Amino acid sequence: MKKLKYALFTGCTAKQSTPEQMMSTMAVARKLNIELIELTEASCCGASHLQDYDDFLSLVLNARNIAYAEKHELTMVTICNTCQLNTAMTKHRLDNNAELKARVNEKLAEVGLEYKGTSLVTHFLYAIIDDFGLDKIKEMVVKPLSQFNIAPFYGCHNIRPSELHNESHKTAENPYNPTSLDDLIIACGGKNVEYEQKNKCCGFHIELQAPHTAAVLTGNAIAGATDQNADMMVTPCPLCHLKLDTQAHHASKAIGREVSLPVLHMQQMIGLALGCTPAELGLKHHVTEVNFI
Amino acid sequence: MSTHTITTQKVNFKVFRFNAEDDYLPYYENYSMDVTSEEVVLDILNRIKWDHDGSFSYRRSCRHGICGACAIKVNGRSTLACKESMTTMIEYFGNELTIEPLSTKRAVKDMIIDKADFWDKHAKVNPYLVADIDEAPTCENLVSPHEAEELDEADLCIQCGACHYACPVVEINEDFFGPAAFAAAYRFESDVRDSDADRLIAVNEEKQGVWDCAKCFECAEVCPKDVNPISKITKLHQMAFKKGVAKNNVATRHAVGFFHSIKKRGVLDEGGLVLYSEGPSIVKHIPVALQMFRKGKITMPWNMPKSDNLDEIQKLIKSSSTVKF
Repeated sequence: MKKLKYALFTGCTAKQSTPEQMMSTMAVARKLNIELIELTEASCCGASHLQDYDDFLSLVLNARNIAYAEKHELTMVTICNTCQLNTAMTKHRLDNNAELKARVNEKLAEVGLEYKGTSLVTHFLYAIIDDFGLDKIKEMVVKPLSQFNIAPFYGCHNIRPSELHNESHKTAENPYNPTSLDDLIIACGGKNVEYEQKNKCCGFHIELQAPHTAAVLTGNAIAGATDQNADMMVTPCPLCHLKLDTQAHHASKAIGREVSLPVLHMQQMIGLALGCTPAELGLKHHVTEVNFI
Repeated sequence: MSTHTITTQKVNFKVFRFNAEDDYLPYYENYSMDVTSEEVVLDILNRIKWDHDGSFSYRRSCRHGICGACAIKVNGRSTLACKESMTTMIEYFGNELTIEPLSTKRAVKDMIIDKADFWDKHAKVNPYLVADIDEAPTCENLVSPHEAEELDEADLCIQCGACHYACPVVEINEDFFGPAAFAAAYRFESDVRDSDADRLIAVNEEKQGVWDCAKCFECAEVCPKDVNPISKITKLHQMAFKKGVAKNNVATRHAVGFFHSIKKRGVLDEGGLVLYSEGPSIVKHIPVALQMFRKGKITMPWNMPKSDNLDEIQKLIKSSSTVKF
């Protein structure tokens, strides 16, 4: 197989509050022989909050990020659901509105850049599934996670709006019964856990302004997974991860029930199955301890 | 002439039954039926009533996706029964389907719910045109096609409640107006003829307003009329800044904080954002922040990353900004 090569948009948390996500992304890429060119020029995607403030500016900044992937003539991979949403949404809007694209390009020209629309924008989870292939992952597994019940937590912005997902990825995902992460768990030798909250919201985006609502959403998710006998959760989104991993205490208080589960980034789960060491995967950076290794 | 084959498959339905007048608790009744690829969900409701149990109750009227009466939930997913094809439902959920009202908590009889919370919240956004209208005009009140486009199809809402009862925030925060009310608010806020001064203020209040939206996109996914309520919520956020209605509070500073952080470093300064948004209230985050610090999850200001070519980002922010707070 030709070596896979992508432009990596790390997003902000990978460089700050979820260092383990950056470490495990690179560790898994090395194992799978995937080359990732980091877009060090990229800015924050706005996380849908800049979009609430200044829509046009958010389009210009995201178009700039994509323009750098286009310069490399590579597909952009994201490792955060919200980066994926805001980047793919920018691409969708510019590719379907010539006038808007021209207005954005007028600005980008001031810094010698152009958004053409030639690079795809895809989440690393789907790059692995669509381009690398789960069968090959299965063959490479050296430490199957066969003793674990693993609850997939998909995160809103990878699966909704489903039209945007399906436009950005080769494999369509059913927003009411997504299966990609379940398939990945199975490929890693684990037992996937079915539970009601797997495609629900973690509450991350309103943690500051509506802490109670956010905490109940987090609590419900961990409780749902616990009730179906999960030993751990796994997510492709670092924002969901932050919420589930660091906020279990507030979540427990909000729902009146003590809940807490170790939460892996999907990269860490693959890494464990492929024989990466806990140190390579940054397992010591979790607030809710990963105590089963 | 094109040929269209009708296929049939067996589906097991688990149907919510409850009569608030007689029943202490709701229960589920099971029905097995052969379902054709031509049928919509409403056909199934009709067949339950006509072929199995005449006492089964649900709302229906137009059968053309206009009246908004027949919205229910299939396997937890809000659905306008007369518009949703059974083929799609089977594709989504398989051959075991659970039929429930939009909100089991608000059930009156079977699929019929008390929608009072929905209508109360709807009424709170003044969902009508507020304008000084000349009662004896000499010519028509013209709205240009360009101005009409601003409504962005928010006027297509049929108040079926699908999004309202799919919204996880409505479920938790009883003050929250919900996506349908916000779409209605946007429909009139974006109308050039409207001059209501209270609506935008009301939808910007904490707890009840748009700032409590969790951005989960459930509303966009379920809307049978493609109103895309969350896109209207985003536009109401933007309008609040443009029209100077946005209050200086943790929610608005959370949005503006991204602007300042990107301007300074390109990437987000996470700790800086929380400090900017919360102000002195940041103390409440200290216990979690300490836990995160111990695990190497907090970046110190002197180690804060910056985007390469930051000058480009700053130049673009200068030339492309359209809002001031």
